[in-house]
Amino acid sequence: MTGTRKRHKSKKIRLTVPDRIYMGCIYTFLGLFTLAVLYPLIYVISASFSSPTALIRGKVVLLPVDPGLQGYQAIFATSQVWTGYGNSIIYTAVYAVLSVMLTMMVGYPLTRKEFPAKKLVTVLYTITMFIGGGMIPAYLLILKLHLMDTMWALILPGLTGAWNVIITRTFIKSSIPEELFEATSIDGGSYFQCFFYMVLPLSKPIMAVLALSAATSMWNSYFSALLYINTPSKFPLQLILRNILVQNNVDFTAIDKMGSITDMMQKQYLSELLKYSLIVVSSIPLLIFYPFIQKYFIKGVMVGSIKG
Amino acid sequence: MNHSVRVAKVPRTPHKSLRAKHSKVWQLYVLCALPVLLLLVFSYIPMVGNLIAFQDYSVRRGLASEFVGFKYFRQFFEMPIFWQIMKNTVLLSVYSIVIGFPFPILLALAFNELSHARTKKILQTVTYAPYFISTVVLVSIMMQVLHYRYGIVNSVIKSFGGQPIDFLSKKEAFRPMYVLSGIWQGAGYSSVLYFAALSGVDASLYEAATIDGATKLKRVIHIDIPCILPTIVITLILNTGSILSVGFEKVFLLQNASNYAVSEIISTYVYKIGVKDAQFSLSTAIGLFNAVVNFIILFIVNKIASKISDISLF
Repeated sequence: MTGTRKRHKSKKIRLTVPDRIYMGCIYTFLGLFTLAVLYPLIYVISASFSSPTALIRGKVVLLPVDPGLQGYQAIFATSQVWTGYGNSIIYTAVYAVLSVMLTMMVGYPLTRKEFPAKKLVTVLYTITMFIGGGMIPAYLLILKLHLMDTMWALILPGLTGAWNVIITRTFIKSSIPEELFEATSIDGGSYFQCFFYMVLPLSKPIMAVLALSAATSMWNSYFSALLYINTPSKFPLQLILRNILVQNNVDFTAIDKMGSITDMMQKQYLSELLKYSLIVVSSIPLLIFYPFIQKYFIKGVMVGSIKG
Repeated sequence: MNHSVRVAKVPRTPHKSLRAKHSKVWQLYVLCALPVLLLLVFSYIPMVGNLIAFQDYSVRRGLASEFVGFKYFRQFFEMPIFWQIMKNTVLLSVYSIVIGFPFPILLALAFNELSHARTKKILQTVTYAPYFISTVVLVSIMMQVLHYRYGIVNSVIKSFGGQPIDFLSKKEAFRPMYVLSGIWQGAGYSSVLYFAALSGVDASLYEAATIDGATKLKRVIHIDIPCILPTIVITLILNTGSILSVGFEKVFLLQNASNYAVSEIISTYVYKIGVKDAQFSLSTAIGLFNAVVNFIILFIVNKIASKISDISLF
C-alpha cells in the first residue's frame, strides 16, 4: 500500500507546470460535476427525513433537520402507492423474464451460419432501429387487439428490441467458441439441446444485461401506461407518482387518517414532505440493484461497442 | 481460449451427424418464431398503419377507409401552430445537442486522466446514477427543488435578499431546465461509450508523446481525441438524426399552461390531438411527417460525415 502511494507521489512531483494547471482544471471539473449530480440526491433524502415545518421554512440544506419519519408514515397510509408498487413489481418481473427468453430465442439462431432466415431476420430487426410505427398507429393496434387496459399492452410491444438482439448475437458469437457448437453436433445434439444445455448456461452475463435493462425500463416507464391503462387499480407506480408528485393530487384522506393533524396549514406542509419521501420510496428497488445495474449496463455498452 | 484450442482438432469437414443436425434446421425457425411474430405485429403493423395518414380514418372501416391523399398533411402545414411547434422542437433539440453533446466527451477525457483507480470508480458510480432515475422522479425532484415557495433554490435566493423565481411556470426557464436536467441525468452514462473507446488507446502512443515532451493537454488533443473521433462522429450522426424526435416523456411532465408557448412540441401535440381528441388521421400524418424528416436528416448528415471523415452508419 505504502509502496504504491510512494510511486504515486513521485509521479506527481514530476509534473510540469502546464500539466499541473491542466490537472487542476480536470479535478475542478470532475469535482464540481460530481457535486452537482450528488447534491440534489442528498437533498431529497435529507428532506424526506426532516420535519415538515423545517422543510417548509427552508432549514434543510444538507442534513435532515428535526429528524422524523412523518413523511414515510403518510406514505404508508396511502394505499394507492402500494397498489402501484405491487403492479409495477408484477409488470417488471413478467416483462424482464419474457424479454430475456425471447431475445435469447432470436439471438441464438442468428449466430448459426446454416440458418437460412438469418439475413432476413437481421434486416427485419435493423429496420426497426431507424423507422418506428409512431404513436397513433401503435395506439390503434392495441385498441384493435383488445389489449387496452391490460398489462399486455405495456409488455408485448417492446419485448425484443433490435439493439438487444444485436448485442446478444454478438455476445454468443464472441464468447462461445464455434468448435463447441461443432462438438455438440458431433455428439448428435439437436439445436434445442444445444440452446438449452449449452447456449443458455454460457450466456448468463448477457442474460443479466438483458434482464436488468428490461427491468429498469419497465420500472421507470409511465408513458405507455398513460396511453393504455385507464383503471386506477392497474396503474403502475410511475403513473401514481405522476399524479401525486407532478400533478399535485395528494390524497388528504390518508393524512386525515393519521388523526393528530387538523390544521390545514400543517396538512399542506405534510403533503410537501410526503413527496420527498415518495421519491425515495419509489427509488428503493433501483438503489438495491444499482451495483448490479451499473456493472451489467456498462458491460452491455462494451459488448455493443464491439460491433456498433 | 484453452478450451477452443483443445476442441479445434475435431475434423472440420461436414460430418454425418452434422448433416443430420442441419436437417433439424426447422428447430431454429421454431426458436425465433415467437419473437419475430411479435416484431411483425408490434413494429411492422404500425408502420403499415401509417397509411391512415392518407385516409379519412374511421374506426369501423379501419385500413379500408377512403383515401384522401395529402389532405391531412396540408391541413397540418396550414395550421397556425405548425411553425410554432416545429420551432420549439428544433430549438429544444439543437440546444440539447450543442450544449449537451460535448459534455460526456469532456467527462470521459477527464476520467481518463485520473490515475487513482478507487477515486475514478467512485466518481463514475456517482455520475452514472441519475441515468437510472425515472423521468417522473427526475421531474419531481426538479419541481420540489425549484418550487416557488418551498424549494431550496428559492430559499437560497431569498436568503441572499433576492426575489424568488417561479422556474416551473416561467417560459424562459423551460429550455434551460430541459437541457440542464438532461445533462444532469445523462452525461455520466453517455460518457461510458467514450471512456470505453479511450481505454482502447495504445499506451505506447502516450509513452512516445511523453518522451517527445508533450504536455498532458497536447496528448489529449493529438492522441485521445483522434482515437475516439469515430465514436464521436457516429454518436453525433445518431443524435442529429433524431433532431425532431424530442423525448415526449420529460416535456409532457414539465408542460403547463404558462410555458405552453415554448413547450408544445411535435410529440406532445400528436398525443393531444390523437389520443385525447381522437383525430387519428391528422395525428398520424404529423407523426409520419416527423419520422420522414428525421430519416432525411439522418441520411444527409450520414452522407456528409462519410464525405468528410470516412465514418458513416450505412
